[in-house]
Amino acid sequence: MKFAIQVNEGPYQHQATDSAYQFAKAALDAGHEIMRVFFYHDGVNNGTNLTTPPQDDRNIVNRWSELGKEHNLDLVVCVAAAQRRGIVDEGEMQRNGKSAQNIADGFRISGLGQLIEAGIQSERLVVFGD
Amino acid sequence: MSTLHTVNKSPFEKSSLESCLGYAKAGSAVLMYEDAVYGAIKGTAIADKIAAADGVKFFVLGADLKARGVAEDKVAAGIEIVDYSAFVNMAVENDKVQAWV
Amino acid sequence: MSETIKKFMYLNRRAPYGTIYAWESLEVVLIGAAFDQDVSLAFLDDGVYQLVKGQDTSGVDMKNFSPTYQALGDYDVTKLYVEKESLEERGLTLEDLMPLTYEDEDDDWAEKDSIRLVSRAEIADIMDEQDVLFSF
Repeated sequence: MKFAIQVNEGPYQHQATDSAYQFAKAALDAGHEIMRVFFYHDGVNNGTNLTTPPQDDRNIVNRWSELGKEHNLDLVVCVAAAQRRGIVDEGEMQRNGKSAQNIADGFRISGLGQLIEAGIQSERLVVFGD
Repeated sequence: MSTLHTVNKSPFEKSSLESCLGYAKAGSAVLMYEDAVYGAIKGTAIADKIAAADGVKFFVLGADLKARGVAEDKVAAGIEIVDYSAFVNMAVENDKVQAWV
Repeated sequence: MSETIKKFMYLNRRAPYGTIYAWESLEVVLIGAAFDQDVSLAFLDDGVYQLVKGQDTSGVDMKNFSPTYQALGDYDVTKLYVEKESLEERGLTLEDLMPLTYEDEDDDWAEKDSIRLVSRAEIADIMDEQDVLFSF
């Protein structure tokens, strides 16, 4: 089955992204497809490469990057939410005259249309939030 | 159409489980996970409302129970303990998933 | 824009301003309007506070996004289901909400109400018919 996942919360503050990750892993293990993971609201903070959690804790951002790489997942960070919260890729850095970019490996910044499209093209949308 | 309702907040802090109970139709499933697992414990103020939901099946995520130190024998009768792969299966088996975030 | 038309419902259960959920979910509705799906919005629990009239954010220096609800009709978003029980629990009536209308192209552009006051049981039936539920 073709899933889409929406993550509304950032790492560490809420369990939502942990639950979404465990769900995604279980779905992939069962042979399902995840056509997109869409990060919205504070969920865009899952896509920063500047997090440095303590060694003895999980690295939520890297974990998404690795799962994305392993399964060729489309990890999309909402551009409008990202701009508000300072998640920046090369293009956004140049467009908005910022001094750095911080998008994590395997994530891409795109529009809200990607969420709507995920709702249309997937067979199930599963939302994780606060 | 059948719906999988997901609830992730403690019913003692937020009203999402109660709201969900007001909407869950017979034949639908409710999965309690994250802090919502506290709603699955027997003898609580919410237990009667769950028991009264006619024709609705209730599930609780075992990993979240375990993380919070809630022993499986504390879970109210009629609530099935499941894992993430069962969560995925329920999302497949129902026509849609409604998240009470 | 797309091959299939799905029934999309946006579920609004949060009050405005205290968190950004209401505003950012309205942004999804506006973008989603371009995709020609069968769209409806449900307002229940604290979500009904989003539609209360007379919002004035000048004292808190935040963006007052309530006028945007009035533009939804122009985007062909014309089905706003407001749960009667949630209003009553909060001591509100329809009179406390912004009047929201759209022009019905199938009825000689007659002005009609976008807000449909419905019971919990009725919204439950409408939700049941949906293909996709967006929660924020």
